[in-house]
Amino acid sequence: MDLILVNIIDGLVTGLLLFMLSAGLTLIFSMMGVLNFAHASFYMLGAYFAYQISLALGFWMGLLIAPLIVGVMGAGVERYGLRRVHQYGHVPELIFTFGLALLIEELVQFIWGKNQMPYQVPDVLNFTAFAIAGNSIPAYKIFMIFISVAIFIGLLYVLTRTRVGMIIQAALSYPRTVESLGHNVPLIFMGVFGVGTALAGVAGVIAGPVLGTFPGMAFVLGSIVFVTIVIGGLGSLWGALVASLLIGWVTTFAKSYNIAMSDILNGIGFSTPENLSDSLWRDLWTVTSPQIADILPYILMVLILIFRPYGLFGKRDA
Amino acid sequence: MRNPIKFGLVAALAASVSASAAMADTVKIAFIDPLSGPFAGTGTNGLHQYEFAADRLVNEAGGVLGGDMFEIVAFDNKISPKESLIQLQVAIDQGIRYIAQGNSSGVANALTEAIEKHNRRNPDDRVLFLNYSAVDPALTNDKCNFWHFRFDANADIKMDALTDVMAGDDSIKKVYIIGQDYSFGKAVAAAAVKNISEKRPDIEIVGNELHPIGKVKDFTPYARKIVSSGADAVITGNWGADMLGLGKSVLENGYTGPIFTYYAAADGITAAFGETGKGSLRLVAEGQINPPVSMRATEYYNAFKEKYPEGNISQARITNVIEMLAKAINEAGSATDVVAVANALEGMEHEGLWGGKMMMRPQDHQLIQDVHIHAHTDDGITFDYDNSGFGLVVENTVTMAAMDSPTTCEMKRP
Repeated sequence: MDLILVNIIDGLVTGLLLFMLSAGLTLIFSMMGVLNFAHASFYMLGAYFAYQISLALGFWMGLLIAPLIVGVMGAGVERYGLRRVHQYGHVPELIFTFGLALLIEELVQFIWGKNQMPYQVPDVLNFTAFAIAGNSIPAYKIFMIFISVAIFIGLLYVLTRTRVGMIIQAALSYPRTVESLGHNVPLIFMGVFGVGTALAGVAGVIAGPVLGTFPGMAFVLGSIVFVTIVIGGLGSLWGALVASLLIGWVTTFAKSYNIAMSDILNGIGFSTPENLSDSLWRDLWTVTSPQIADILPYILMVLILIFRPYGLFGKRDA
Repeated sequence: MRNPIKFGLVAALAASVSASAAMADTVKIAFIDPLSGPFAGTGTNGLHQYEFAADRLVNEAGGVLGGDMFEIVAFDNKISPKESLIQLQVAIDQGIRYIAQGNSSGVANALTEAIEKHNRRNPDDRVLFLNYSAVDPALTNDKCNFWHFRFDANADIKMDALTDVMAGDDSIKKVYIIGQDYSFGKAVAAAAVKNISEKRPDIEIVGNELHPIGKVKDFTPYARKIVSSGADAVITGNWGADMLGLGKSVLENGYTGPIFTYYAAADGITAAFGETGKGSLRLVAEGQINPPVSMRATEYYNAFKEKYPEGNISQARITNVIEMLAKAINEAGSATDVVAVANALEGMEHEGLWGGKMMMRPQDHQLIQDVHIHAHTDDGITFDYDNSGFGLVVENTVTMAAMDSPTTCEMKRP
């Protein structure tokens, strides 16, 4: 029972981190139709910039400045890269962002090298907030939860309660009409791209000290972010949140409990084959939940695509 | 010559040709390891350690055979067995007789097979394989051959030493074993289970788990399992980002006992662990860096740091490779007759730069040496890693570890 509570908190942290990445991506995708493969690379840049800034000015300045730099870079990429490629259609855009992802990874290795960076949790947050049956919850995790929730509320407020948000939402569905009403739609696109990458940057800044700051960090998170926005429904902030939390909890619980496939199969009425090592189904019978934890989101995505192709909260067909 | 760049190139080319002609009597050692890709950091650091050892230990002391110099020739194998075999052929075609390789047992297995085949077919230009890091036990057991020499303690020897120390610690009652899901991770787990059940049958193994290699984003769920299992000790063969991720996660989530590791140091890992790892991280390896064993070792490390301020001597055994090879060549009286050199290496006893006696066991060409259990700390560190103030200090030493350990090697000698 105690462990369940601990896992709920852990899954929440993982899910909210994922949300910060997918929120930006889902907005960018629904607005411009661009699958930004370089999104996770901006996450990595956030971590590296924050590390570099934290050496000189401390962690908090890093948290403040690094996402700004990443956001400005993102806006620059949209203004001077994507916008030019846009006229040639979606495939060149895809290839452009894919190339950008590779470029950023090489650049990071070139500047900071291939080693792990000693990017540490700040001293003020480096203590145990509380413990549940010997499982301590670090204060930094609580801090991560607060930051992500604050960002979610802020985003929700801007998108639904302000004039800027209204224009963005209108531009999502009817860009031509919004443009003919006198709004500068390319500027909105640039702004959304910048804010989206800045969010990825924030995620990088706060994830860097706990998940490690190394050149492969974009790669390990890259694909799962796309899964999140497909499950949640493209363009939906709520969808991104629900899908992120779902993935966070599913993978955390699957890893924490050694549920064996043989138990499940026995439970639903199949009996274990007698000579298991020769059986055709050996691999299926010997699978345990931690082994398949990381592919569960992908299975979920396939199921969603079959039964509800526009995602949990999607409003239109993908 | 109107074009100064062209002139410069021609001059440089001419100079290099004449230089190689003048130094016809160099003993070349091919260094086949990753110099690009994700493991380039480790490979490049190893190359620097080789070049430095060759220069300082051999060339500055007047070379071998009364004046022949050692030269390290680098080949990038991108940590791929296929690429390594191509580079091996290139090295052999250049007339190189000594092949040094270390990163990845997969590569070492491919190389040792190819070298045995080559030596059988081409008795006139045989080569020796100086394996300085690949620790798969099979290389000195089932797959051993006369041309392969291993200078690192293999995975079984290291686990033997590790469990010797654990067995002496009565506070350890429960052990959790976790590793990456591939051959090395499985070998570590198997060796741990075997050794613990022999030496301390009362220790309960509360977890034995493999996780996907290089794919885990967040180790927190694994850390929770380890903490809630009540383990007093954790054993892992993880390396790279998986080592750091697992170690940090376990420590941040409330585990305070020792974590016994193989590769939790240098290449940024020591710096990234920093204060967090102090008191928990233990590492089994040969070569004592802290405290320095002698003035000679101190001077050597200082000189290395002067040349490579960002570098670490993370593979102390490289100096043993160079020193023992030089000794064997001098003893054999020839650098080209590799059978004589191999015979000289076989059974050779040596006093290492980092202290301790060592012996190249003739039965299987496994170097028997002192294996240390190091602690990650910032107390009493003379030479830190990653310029972080933290480093490894020797806590326990098993002298001539696993000297009488059995081997299945049936060596065929030429």
